[in-house]
Amino acid sequence: MTDSFEARLSAVAATRWRVAIALTAAMIAVYFGFILLIAYARPVLARRIIPGLSLGILLGALVIVTSWILTWVYVRWANTRYDAALGRLRE
Amino acid sequence: MQATSSRIGEPNIVAMGFFFVFIATTLGITYWAARRTRTTEHFYAAGRTISPGQNGIALAGDYMSAASFLGIAGLVSTTGFDGLIYSTGWLVGWPVVLFLIAEPLRNLGRYTFADVVAVRLRQTPVRIAAAIGTLATVSFYLIAQMVGAGGLIRLMFGIPYETAIVIVGVAMIAYVLFGGMLATTWVQIVKAVLLLGGAALLALLVLARFGWSPAALFAAAAEKYGDGVLSPGRLVSKPLDAVSLGMALMFGTAGLPHILMRFYTVPDAKAARTSVFYATGLIGSFYLMTFILGFGAMVLVGPDVIRGVEPGGNMAAPLLAEFLGGTPFLGFIAAVAFATILAVVAGLTLSGAAALSHDLWVSVHRREKADAAEQLRVARVATVGLGILGVLLGITFKGQNVAFMVGLAFAIAASANFPALVLSIFWRRYTTAGAVTSMLLGTASTLALIYFSPTLQIDVLKHSDAWFPLRNPALVTMPLSFAAGILVSLLAPRPGEAAGFDAVSRRMHLGQEIQPSAISLQPSDN
Repeated sequence: MTDSFEARLSAVAATRWRVAIALTAAMIAVYFGFILLIAYARPVLARRIIPGLSLGILLGALVIVTSWILTWVYVRWANTRYDAALGRLRE
Repeated sequence: MQATSSRIGEPNIVAMGFFFVFIATTLGITYWAARRTRTTEHFYAAGRTISPGQNGIALAGDYMSAASFLGIAGLVSTTGFDGLIYSTGWLVGWPVVLFLIAEPLRNLGRYTFADVVAVRLRQTPVRIAAAIGTLATVSFYLIAQMVGAGGLIRLMFGIPYETAIVIVGVAMIAYVLFGGMLATTWVQIVKAVLLLGGAALLALLVLARFGWSPAALFAAAAEKYGDGVLSPGRLVSKPLDAVSLGMALMFGTAGLPHILMRFYTVPDAKAARTSVFYATGLIGSFYLMTFILGFGAMVLVGPDVIRGVEPGGNMAAPLLAEFLGGTPFLGFIAAVAFATILAVVAGLTLSGAAALSHDLWVSVHRREKADAAEQLRVARVATVGLGILGVLLGITFKGQNVAFMVGLAFAIAASANFPALVLSIFWRRYTTAGAVTSMLLGTASTLALIYFSPTLQIDVLKHSDAWFPLRNPALVTMPLSFAAGILVSLLAPRPGEAAGFDAVSRRMHLGQEIQPSAISLQPSDN
């Protein structure tokens, strides 16, 4: 029984870290992608989407919105799947 | 609007009034909290009774410093798009805090992040190294806040620099000393609500003048000051500088002691998780509003007027408030900026006091043999000591260019605290020697490289060039700290310490009730 508990815990832990690392990688890619665009693609960011709104400003706001979406995805996953798996382990 | 018409720098009755109300309210909260602060659990962690919503607002309060409110609004108003790089950079660390740090920290530690790193390693060396990283981060952040406070208060209230510093110091000591974490938390909540409310009001008043369209505001800015203000400019002439600063902001957030400490104030890991979700929402909204405030100040006040009042641009938001709502609104925003600084220094002081008393005195010096009364006494002595140190540092660095110290604090947090925290949570084979090496090397290399960087050599010491090219060293020092921690752990494996990882993992996910005793996690082979 102890063995199976350990095995189930490490399976939950492995999934939790896979989700965490994937979401962290997504955040890093979005933010440093934005920084690299600023550094190497200035003319692209200067392009206007509509009068007054440059692509750069839009992407800057989208970096913040993406942060919200990623935290929402994690909290949603953790509140349902992760907590349920932990609940089964505690039984 | 002319610079000469601004009443900034003159004693402002409304500002004094708002400020007096803020001080009276927060001292009232402190009196209430003091009667509930009897043990170290109350003093450091508010008895773990803070709700996720309250902690989310308090996290935002701890994080949104005057540097980000006044500094970013100023930067956007004088440079346009380039300032927005900072607006985004200050937020992107929060998802990382949520994904990697918040829940394991809550489940593994008690009061400080050293609790987590030391949980299955040798207490004494790990806690000394972690305390060095904590105190370095806290000190530099504190100097930046104190010097900023003295200058701002002199500009906005017309009172002398030293008097302003002493007022900040005395109020901050009163909150922490008597009210501990409970009072500090509520000071953060009051401040966060004032700051978010003030910024939202400013942003709405700006948008009302542009037909409720941000694009119309940006278009007006481009029409007045050229298309360049809407796209990247000279601030990012060196791409690696932008990446390095980005690393410091992103990963430093996840290593700031006063932020990490807040996760111990909630009842459990799920509450810690929810509180970061709220904090990310609030902080993101705030930085989105800085887009509007910055461009609003650019169009309505003008970069030349803003620089004329204060060369750094820090008065953009107060000037915008004065333009939109006259002297009373200026007074309100000035009082909010003061409240912001007070709240941040209180949080910093409490986390520094926890490192000194919980990590160094109770764990290292007294080997966990101090009784509850002694622990609380030492924590309070440390609070007063740090408060006085903050005042002295603030006066010592008067008139110095200390803007780089916030970046330095983030770089140390990213290079000393964050790698040790992540490796101890994730990596079975992490050893005491590896942890100590990565924390000490992270702190020392950051300090050394910032000394040789253009930030200090050119901007502060006025030399013509600098040996190290990057303005913020995180791009070098954070990988260095990770590499050193991993290498030392691999070269001198400690099977006894690795054996503790299973118990740590169980507690990290399931919480303390499964594995109540920390002693059982201690290595057996040394």
